[in-house]
Order: sequence, then structure tokens, then C-alpha cells
Amino acid sequence: MATITLDTVRKVYAGNVEAVKGVSVDIDDGEFIVLVGPSGCGKSTLLRMIAGLEDITTGDISIGDRIVNKVDPADRDIAMVFQNYALYPHMTVYNNLAYGLRNRKIAKDEIDRRVKEAARILEIGDYLERKPRMLSGGQRQRVAMGRAIVREPAAFLFDEPLSNLDAKLRVQMRVEIKRLQKALGTTSVYVTHDQLEAMTLADRLIVLNGGAIEQIGAPVDVYDKPASTFVASFIGSPAMNLVPVRSENGRLQAESGAGLDAPNLHGSDRYLLGIRPEHLEISGEKANGTDGLSMEFTVNVLEPVGAESYIYGQLDGAGPEIVVRAPSHARYDPGTVLYLNATAADIHFFDAENGRRIEG
Amino acid sequence: MKKVQFRNAWFPYLLLLPQLSIVAIFFLWPAAEAVRSSFYLEDPFGFGATFVGFDNFVDTITSTDYGRIARFTGIFTFCVTFLSLGIALLLAVKADKVIHGASTYKTLLMWVYAVAPPVAGLIAILLFDQHVGPIVKLVALFGWKMQIGVNYFDTGFAMVIAAVWKQIPVNFIFFLSGLQGISKSVQEAASIDCRSGFRRFWTVTFPLLAPTGFFLLIINITYAFFDTFGIIDVILKTEPGNNPVTLVYKVYLDGFRGNDLGGSSAQSVVLMILVFILTVIQFRLIERRIHYT
Repeated sequence: MATITLDTVRKVYAGNVEAVKGVSVDIDDGEFIVLVGPSGCGKSTLLRMIAGLEDITTGDISIGDRIVNKVDPADRDIAMVFQNYALYPHMTVYNNLAYGLRNRKIAKDEIDRRVKEAARILEIGDYLERKPRMLSGGQRQRVAMGRAIVREPAAFLFDEPLSNLDAKLRVQMRVEIKRLQKALGTTSVYVTHDQLEAMTLADRLIVLNGGAIEQIGAPVDVYDKPASTFVASFIGSPAMNLVPVRSENGRLQAESGAGLDAPNLHGSDRYLLGIRPEHLEISGEKANGTDGLSMEFTVNVLEPVGAESYIYGQLDGAGPEIVVRAPSHARYDPGTVLYLNATAADIHFFDAENGRRIEG
Repeated sequence: MKKVQFRNAWFPYLLLLPQLSIVAIFFLWPAAEAVRSSFYLEDPFGFGATFVGFDNFVDTITSTDYGRIARFTGIFTFCVTFLSLGIALLLAVKADKVIHGASTYKTLLMWVYAVAPPVAGLIAILLFDQHVGPIVKLVALFGWKMQIGVNYFDTGFAMVIAAVWKQIPVNFIFFLSGLQGISKSVQEAASIDCRSGFRRFWTVTFPLLAPTGFFLLIINITYAFFDTFGIIDVILKTEPGNNPVTLVYKVYLDGFRGNDLGGSSAQSVVLMILVFILTVIQFRLIERRIHYT
């Protein structure tokens, strides 16, 4: 068990490519942190720097009270679960689990106890004498987890561990990882590009974009108050609708012209106005009130996904594409004109220039 | 997979014919000829042959010369195989870790592959020359008066060095591609599990390289046995005298220089049997312990 502290950590590759741009964060003991972001945002690089698999260009990484910048990966007291599991193909499952312990000169019966215990927790006891190639993807994933658990490390590092599994198994393992981490209470850093995984697993999310932190916070906070248009469009599915708007006689309307009416809450001339698909209420006619948002919307496509449907369309026939969540039984023909209403509390305002959130 | 059926049953055999005839003409026929003539005493001028049964084999195996040469061949093969595999593996492991100028290193280590064995022998002769050879001058600093072609040990030493030098690039290429075939994340997982790079190499990298190593072991033994002929011939300047030779070279000496075709054939049959036994042992004993991914 330990805290992990990153202090203005930078990674610059040859050719002056800055993969990680001065990231600072304090991770609490026992906390489950998820690093999330699109490909190439530096999340894996950051994790590998904590593991010691990549050098740190500048800045400090501490695990516990110790700065580990120059400490060998084997001495950092961490365990890592890799995306492709990285099991030793020539060793049995038992030896895969025991290998790291033997190298640490742990007594034989203690190794045996830990391996058996991990095998019991992960239900892989029947495969201990098999080689990895004789296991299914889900079983290999469990062995990879087991290899991390037996080490009883100060921190677990997960590098997209579920992305090679099929959808059903992924959900199952996700629940299991969460349960295990809570039971063991081990500080964990988890990298994923899957925002659903990030939302469900994390105590706190770190959203990365272009090597820098966009936002740190509990999943609900990040969802409810995205710090930028990047976070707003990355977290949540379908993504938040973003409409460029300008002020006209104290009210807001879409840059493209008509079709939108909303109060100007922050006294600026231009914004990016954000509204989540589930916060839009479908109505046959324009709302009367003036404190909320109302827009005129033409249906393009209806996309039923089972439990609900998504309606894609445009503001008054022009302007950016808008998504609305509708009940699963909803039926709207293309070309239908609807009114979408939302309360002021559900509207997000972002700076038109830099995309940062404007708080009211 | 789609099964393709030829309309004419003989057509596939026709397609195989070039390969089969090469095997027949260049391997089966000479082998059969060697077996046949090993039972005959051939007239030196080729006028006739007398059937002598196993006399050629008895003569071969009981001659004191043969034992000595077989022992040298064994030591030579062991040294060449061990050194060329070991040095190539070391170079491959080091080259795999090089980041800057990697391709330059690799090319430099590989180009010797393109040198023909007799040329390799010639270069070896230059290096080991009595008067201008840099290696002779180097070891002279340590008080070793090297005399290639005169001293039995020195000549054998030069042969081993030349043969190893010639073989390292082949092994290097295979080991390097074998190393690059090992998953990077497996190596990273190992670096988290084990601090000692030395131990990591022997417990993870080496076992995963074993299929490559086993293949190269067979290739190298065969090389040391048969393909070093050119190097040996050039170093000896076709004047063996009392210098060390290998069994294959003796087959050539007795058959074509000594005109004893029967005895020479008997030796080559013994060699064939030896290689056959060796191959069976290798596949039976060693391959069983090797993990193929």
C-alpha cells in the first residue's frame, strides 16, 4: 500500500516530441485512478514511466515516500497487467505466478501459499499446470491478474487489460477487477481509452489530451461538470452536443442563424453551448418559458440501440448535428420537425476561443 | 482450406519432378554409388574393381590415422559450434539493445555472410601469415610463436578461428530475428519480475530462443562437419603433411589424392551413418525439451 505522487513529469522523445507535458497528481493510498484519453494522449507512456519501463525526462515520480526516478522496475514494488497479458509462454501457470516471487528469494512454502491463494480468488486452480497457450483469453487475463496479486505490491498498474476480451467477458472482468481492488485495497492506476470502463472503475478519473491533464475528478463530477469541450465530448456516449452560439438582444442563438433560444447566463458575446443528449426533452411545440433552452430540430436518422433510441438531426435544417436520447419505442420519420427543450441547469457554457468551461 | 484436385493423377508428380530429380541425381545416386564402391577395391587407374566385402571399413576404422582425425574432427566441430553460436548470441543480444545506428551495426555484423569459404580461408591466411599476419604479431606479444602449417595446434587453432568467423553472421541473423520475435511486453513483464538482467536472460529470453538455437545447432554441426572443407583446404594450401584435417577432408585426400576410392567411400559411408545417428539423437533428446510457441 502506498501513495503515488507525480510532480511535473515530462517525457520528450527523440526529435523533440513531447509525449507527456508536465503532469502533476497525488494519488491516495488505496485509490483507484483511471487514466483515460484517446490514442496518443500519453496515458500509456505515463503508466510506463510509473512502472519504470520508460525514462522520465524531467520531474519526479514517488511511490510511498521514495522518489523512484532511477529505481529499477523490479525494485519499485509495483505489479503490472499488460494489454496482451505478457505471460511467459514457456512456463506453466503456476510458474508464471511464482517467477517474480522466486526472484525475490521468498520461501518456497510462502510462494506456494500465495499462488494457491491467488488461484482460489481468481478461480484458476484447475489450470495451474497448464501452459498459457492452452488457455482461453479470459483465463489468460486471470493468470495475468494472478501474477500481479501474488506479488502483494504497493500498487497495481493496468495497461488496457480488457481490450483484448470480447464484450461480455470485458464487462464481467471489469466488475471483478473493481471488486478485487476494493477487497485488496491496493493503490491502482488503470489506463484505458474506453470511457465506460473509466466511468465504472475509477475513484478518480484523469482525462488526458495531447500529453496534458484536461481534468481530474470523480467520474460523476467529470461527467456533470466537464472542464473543457474535449472532456465534454470524450466522456459520455453519445457525446455532448456542442453548438456555437452568439448573443442577440440578451438572448443566445445559434451562429448558423435561427432555431435556438437560450438565456445568456455569463455576459459574453460568443460561447460553445453544451447539452447532453439525455437532458433534451422532446416536445411537439416550442417551450413558452424563457429561463431554459429551446431549439427547433429536424430529424435525420433514428438509431435504436435497444433500451433507448438516439435521434440524429439538425437545428432548423442547418447548423451542427445534434443527438437526442429518446425512449426505445420512439418513432420519428426523417424530416419531422421537433422542439427540444432543456432547463438552464443542464446547459454547459464553454469559452468559444479555448474551449474551457465557464462556471456560473 | 480449399482442397484442390488435379484432374490428372500424375500431374502433381510431374510438378514435383524437378525437385525429386535433383535429390536423386545429387544425393541418392552418389550416396548409393558411395555405398557400392565402399565394398570394392578400385584399381588406381580405373580399369577394374574387386569385391572385398567389409575390408575397406575394417581398414578405415582400425587405422591409427583415422582415430586421430576423428578426434580432431570432434574437437573442431565442438569448438566451431560452441564458439560461433555463443559469440553470435552475445552479439545478437547486444545488437538488439542498440538504439542509435542499429542498422549500421547489424550490416557490419552480417556482411561476412556474403564471403565465400575459400575467400574466408584466404583472409585467414593473411591474418595468420608467418611474416605479416596481424594475429601472429599480436599473440607474439604474449610470447606465443604461432606457426601455421608447421605446428599442429596452431594450424588447428587458425582453422577454428576462420571457421567460426565465417559462421557467426549466419547465426547472428537468426538469433537477432529470434530475439526480435520475442514479445516486448513479455520482456517488460520479466523486467518487473526479475532485477538481474543475467538471470532474466537465462530464465526468459533463452528458453524462448531455444527453437532458433536448436535449429542453429544442427546447422552449425553440419557446417563444421562438411562446409569447412574450403577453409581447411586453403589454410593447408592443399599440403596437409602432419597438420590436422577433418574427416570430410580425409575423404577427399584418400579418394582424389590417394586414389583409394574404396577406402574413401567407406569413410564417407561411416560419416553418413554418424550424421544420421547425430540427427536422430538431436531430435529425440533435445527437441523434446524445447518449447515451440
